[in-house]
Amino acid sequence: MNFKLKVWRQKGPNVAGQFVDYEARDIPADASFLEMLDIVNEGLIKRNEDQIAFDSDCREGICGMCSLVINGIAHGPGKAKTSCQLYMRRFKDGDTIWVEPFRAITFPVVRDLCTNRSALDRMIEAGGYITARTGSAPEANSIPIGKVVADLAMEAAACIGCGACVAACPNSSAMLFVSAKVSHLGLLPQGQPERTSRVVSMVRKMDELGFGNCTNHYECEAVCPSEISASFISRLNRDYARAATRQAAVLV
Amino acid sequence: MATTLDAKIPTGPLEEKWQKHKNESKLVSPANKRKLDVIVVGSGLAGGSAAATLGELGYNVRCFCYQDSPRRAHSIAAQGGINAAKNYQNDGDSVYRLFYDTIKGGDFRSREGNVYRLAEVSVNIIDQCVAQGVPFAREYGGLLANRSFGGAQVSRTFYARGQTGQQLLLGAYQALSRQIAAGSVKMYPRTEMLELVVVEGQAKGIITRDLLTGKIQAHAGDTVVLASGGYGNAFYLSTNAKGCNVTAAYRAYKRGAFFANPCYTQIHPTCIPVAGSYQSKLTLMSESLRNDGRVWVPKQKGDKRPPDQIPEAERDYYLERKYPSYGNLAPRDIASRAAKEACDTGRGVGPGGLGVYLDFADAIKRFGEKTIRERYGNLFDMYHNITGENAYKAPMRIYPAVHYTMGGLWVDYNLMSNLPGLHVLGEANFSDHGANRLGASALMQGLADGYFVIPYTLGNYLATQMGKKVSVDRPEFKAAEQETRARIERFLSIRGKRTVADFHRELGLLLWEKCGMARDAAGLKEALQRIPELRQEFWEDVNVLGGGEEFNQALEYAGRVADFLEFAELMCLDALERDESCGGHFRVEYQTEDGEALRNDDDFCHVAAWQYAGPDSRPIRNVEPLIFENVKLAQRSYK
Repeated sequence: MNFKLKVWRQKGPNVAGQFVDYEARDIPADASFLEMLDIVNEGLIKRNEDQIAFDSDCREGICGMCSLVINGIAHGPGKAKTSCQLYMRRFKDGDTIWVEPFRAITFPVVRDLCTNRSALDRMIEAGGYITARTGSAPEANSIPIGKVVADLAMEAAACIGCGACVAACPNSSAMLFVSAKVSHLGLLPQGQPERTSRVVSMVRKMDELGFGNCTNHYECEAVCPSEISASFISRLNRDYARAATRQAAVLV
Repeated sequence: MATTLDAKIPTGPLEEKWQKHKNESKLVSPANKRKLDVIVVGSGLAGGSAAATLGELGYNVRCFCYQDSPRRAHSIAAQGGINAAKNYQNDGDSVYRLFYDTIKGGDFRSREGNVYRLAEVSVNIIDQCVAQGVPFAREYGGLLANRSFGGAQVSRTFYARGQTGQQLLLGAYQALSRQIAAGSVKMYPRTEMLELVVVEGQAKGIITRDLLTGKIQAHAGDTVVLASGGYGNAFYLSTNAKGCNVTAAYRAYKRGAFFANPCYTQIHPTCIPVAGSYQSKLTLMSESLRNDGRVWVPKQKGDKRPPDQIPEAERDYYLERKYPSYGNLAPRDIASRAAKEACDTGRGVGPGGLGVYLDFADAIKRFGEKTIRERYGNLFDMYHNITGENAYKAPMRIYPAVHYTMGGLWVDYNLMSNLPGLHVLGEANFSDHGANRLGASALMQGLADGYFVIPYTLGNYLATQMGKKVSVDRPEFKAAEQETRARIERFLSIRGKRTVADFHRELGLLLWEKCGMARDAAGLKEALQRIPELRQEFWEDVNVLGGGEEFNQALEYAGRVADFLEFAELMCLDALERDESCGGHFRVEYQTEDGEALRNDDDFCHVAAWQYAGPDSRPIRNVEPLIFENVKLAQRSYK
């Protein structure tokens, strides 16, 4: 298969970028989107041109490292998959494909298609954990957790932290990401002691870092490779309101 | 001169060794911990859990990873589960049984003392993870669920859907994040270790490259903890993440740390076959598929008919034929080798003839498509997404792929290398899995090392290091920095004709053919001849563009492949010298009449720990005898 690519090239964080045209020739239909870029890159190196920088690691959809906007959609067409799990047979021979980095003010471009998403780590550091000193844990079966609750916590915990939700949101909101962690930990009995302080600290950090607010576009849910439900955002809002009533002093 | 290594296993009864060792280990006071700097390389299950726990204990920790966040380490991709001897199923499990299964699964090539400790702390891991909020699968009554896994007759595997590695890693990552926020751990993402610094015979620091800016930096510490994973990507195609590499471990080897059993690699039988030379990685399909799928190839050589047109009588269900009692559930190494044999005889299916069928037609007939969809729906979807084929209608094609490496840097019972001050955890060390790892044991070992072993044993070294801090101004650091810079400049100045990936593919194919599922002396000798030639071609003809002081993925890759090109030789040498078959190391010259691995316990019941002897000298093969006080060595049989 042959494709025309329009790829975002940008030398570094503080210089202007632009779309550059490339031809992707003789691409096997069974190649993944990232393997197509690998082939284009090998061709570039042979012509002594700098390869297109893009992030990837596990290439099986779980590490969250790959982060492309393909034809205007975070992770490209198709439901519930990362950029690395997109295969070229989904496109038509001769298609023109636009490839960009995740766009958000909180994810500055590092080079070409790579961004700095460490703001996501900062929000986890602000409270996305349960304080459990190594060695001090009680017997694992001492606190039963109903299957329904455990399964719901698992659904929230499945977030791979790629940031597609932020890239897809017109407000660059990180509400889906934050709500997934607040819900995962807040649903479990082990997460109760810090439930109030966690939601307050994480939301405060999210605002401080410059992520926008949720105005119910549901774009996040539509692109999420882990199919995290936007209903977790409602849970986040409820938890935040609950925290406000329980710990008014914290919000000052 | 080859030396005999002492693993410093505590004396006394097996079940008392670890407690005795803990009682006798040196402690570091809280006031002194604050003065000690610990460098942790890697943020997966082993590195992440170690950094979090050591930070919590009060040490000053610096943690490094090449990914953009510690949460992305490749532990995240583990699907199946984690073993622990909880005996929640009341099916007769015990610490001893987990210990015995692991020793046997490793084909009697691991240490009794280490493996017993692993089994012992496995129960603490589950407690710890549940306390952190890891959402393990549960029964309706709220208690933890278990599943069974290969190599065991009890159900002791804990799991979180098909994402157990992800959930355990996020637990460790969150614990680590708490320490980062508290200031006890400083995290360096997108930073790669390129050199180990040894001062007066002790590991005292590392040289790193900031992958965003290209800045080379020296870091001095009181000890270095390496948890940098395995070397499966030496084969180019593997189930490892693209970035996984041997560089950190190999650099330590070149500075004096011994590399143990590099020939022990695990080839997983159920992966999606290679589709073409463009392919960048292989994808594992859970082994559970073999519960209902039947493996077969055509009886006729070169039979190109579609599978549904090959009549039953012309199919060879070779696993059922060769291993009637285990059938399609034969262990990983056996199933992998049998698939290779079928393809080697020209009966492989799919593009290139490198694949075998995994057929669900009988299971669908017996249980209905709905049941099969419930059991394996996500795997069938994944297969469809990658290959474009519908496995409900036509059999899946599978082929073995490199998955895990049991070899690694040599460590003693304290997880310290022969090089004092260097500690090695997780897949990067060699200690617990012998010649073959059982399913659901990698996660167990990574977390055991990081949460429950190194926090106790690190004191034995650090207590002797008070007041011996070194500075990055020392000549050893300057020299290592200089070498790192010179190497980078050398890559960038070659400007040859071939890409890095091109060399990596050639090396991978060579290793796969000569040092893969089955090896023989002739093939290994050929590889040992070809690898230095390929290395020379690399250094003369590779094309690495761009500069050193910028974000340069081509340069990162070149450094990793350059190290694989040296390390590959060590793998082949080790495979050649080990004149026996055991676990994942199958030498075709050493097999029973039935084609099973034939161990040679008289001559090879030992660990081979290789010592670097200079660029032009053959490395020295040191030996650590394996002493079995509790277990009787036996031949594995799966007939």
